[in-house]
Amino acid sequence: MKFHIVVPIKYVPDIEKVKFDIETRRIDRSSAPGETNPFDLNALETAVQIKEKLGGFVTAISMGPPQAELCLRDALSRGADKAILLSDVKFAGADTLATSYTLACAIKKLGHFDLIVCGEKTVDGDTGQVGPELAEHLGIPHVAYVSELREVSKDKLVVVSDMEDAYYLVEVRLPALITVTKDVNTPRLPSLRAKLRARKAEIETWNADDLSGIGDPSRFGISGSPTTVYKITLPQIKEKKCEFLKGENAIEELLRILEEGGFL
Amino acid sequence: MKKCGNVMVVAECYGEGTHPITFELLSKGREIADFLKTELIGILMGYNIKDKAGELLQYGADKIVIFDDEHLARFDVVLYKYLLVNLIKEERPELVLIGATRRGRSLAPRIAAALNTGLTADCIDIQVDANGDIIQVRPAFTGNIIAYIKTKSRPVMATVRYKVFKTKASYRGKGEIIIKKVKLPKDTGIRILRKERAKTVKISDAKVIVACGRGLKRREDIKMIEELAKLLDGIVGSSRPLVDEGWISRDYQIGFSGNIVKPKLYIACGISGSPQHLAGMRNSEIIIAINIDPSAPIFKIADYGIVGDLYEIIPRLVEKIKKRRVSDERKNS
Repeated sequence: MKFHIVVPIKYVPDIEKVKFDIETRRIDRSSAPGETNPFDLNALETAVQIKEKLGGFVTAISMGPPQAELCLRDALSRGADKAILLSDVKFAGADTLATSYTLACAIKKLGHFDLIVCGEKTVDGDTGQVGPELAEHLGIPHVAYVSELREVSKDKLVVVSDMEDAYYLVEVRLPALITVTKDVNTPRLPSLRAKLRARKAEIETWNADDLSGIGDPSRFGISGSPTTVYKITLPQIKEKKCEFLKGENAIEELLRILEEGGFL
Repeated sequence: MKKCGNVMVVAECYGEGTHPITFELLSKGREIADFLKTELIGILMGYNIKDKAGELLQYGADKIVIFDDEHLARFDVVLYKYLLVNLIKEERPELVLIGATRRGRSLAPRIAAALNTGLTADCIDIQVDANGDIIQVRPAFTGNIIAYIKTKSRPVMATVRYKVFKTKASYRGKGEIIIKKVKLPKDTGIRILRKERAKTVKISDAKVIVACGRGLKRREDIKMIEELAKLLDGIVGSSRPLVDEGWISRDYQIGFSGNIVKPKLYIACGISGSPQHLAGMRNSEIIIAINIDPSAPIFKIADYGIVGDLYEIIPRLVEKIKKRRVSDERKNS
């Protein structure tokens, strides 16, 4: 059987530009163009590099609004062979539990897989939870925060996992899931030809009915989400009154501040 | 009010003793348990760790549950999950708190998925409202918004960011200690072969950070920043562009995708202050910004600012500090 790698990716708003409507607790999607979650590009690159070594194929999968097709085309242009979009109003409002459950159902529907590669987190949700939750739903082991792949074969991986205090060498049996950090590689840029090809490629869309034979539809979307955001606020950025040190004495002043703080 | 389940804190202790986040979680957990009129349970897992129970009791736990086994010496996430899921099913807690360290953020989601319950990541506050509902507060969108989250399933689960809760030693200091038999699952599929290398930098524990950004023109100029950091007994930090350039390792990166820090002193040199950078350092106690552009966002969150060229300012500052040291030494001798 061909080695099959699945990469879940997320369509996210450009975080530098996005605006929020505090009243409705929604993000104003029109305020910023969407893009592929930057961390997912490292996941995709990891998958494509493994494919280049072992053969096989890479499936990119994304749950989101119809516009999320954009990030799947991006994935195809960067080396994914197949793309699946999970899009349905019944999937909307999902927290990480419902999202990971829905992805797990879709991956089961794909049939055989050997490896799932996720980015360490997304720039919008910023939880890093979907990867490990997905592994649990599928009953496979996972290694999080992988910063380097040491050995790759069809039945196991040896990876370096960055656990803050130290790097650990970990062997994991396949099928498994890994989440990768930005240290793992530098994502390639798609060629113009690949971009054009991806633009024309067919993207399969699955809705809740397509997955209902595999999982429990009450666990999709908002009904399957135990957590609710009931309020958002802008952070109380303690906008400080910056005291500007000027002129010839600026350095002397700085020295005095450091001394008073006990830093000298 | 119906009798509510207890508050459970999963301690973190690997190698060098108990991670300080454990005491922060217990201190907050104690507060919540008192409010909910319930008990606080600390869970200790590892190998040869029974003697750490005393510390946990000092921070307010009513009861400590210990899993001590040589298989727990290394962090096998599937094994840890297996034991915790079984314990949670027995104890039926109301709230489970886990540190938002990398281990915690790898472990907690697996437990939540196994229990089919809600989990909130990287909380900066946990509150209980008048109805007794637990409210989890966390930043999202790279720190651009703060979300208030309720969980309708039980247990409520949250990972909590390091260094947001104050530690408070408790009046109790004694309690029940239960040593659990460790029932191992069959092969977890994971083998931790070895600790590859410890990190030399622990930037999240630094008291002083001198950070540099795009204002730096050459890779070798990091030495100048290092010199200042050394004089202040601190370490060098960096914003993302220099890391992406490959000038400095990601271990030194401060910001949303790097390290979140809260030192006593943060000196930002040639950093304009992107939201992604500010998300990682805005809670530093004293922030000094040096930047050539007076409209740079970094000045909005700085206590002191100097508008100017870091290539003029830093060497002069370094020189003055050195001179002072010399004259202090003379005085003392």
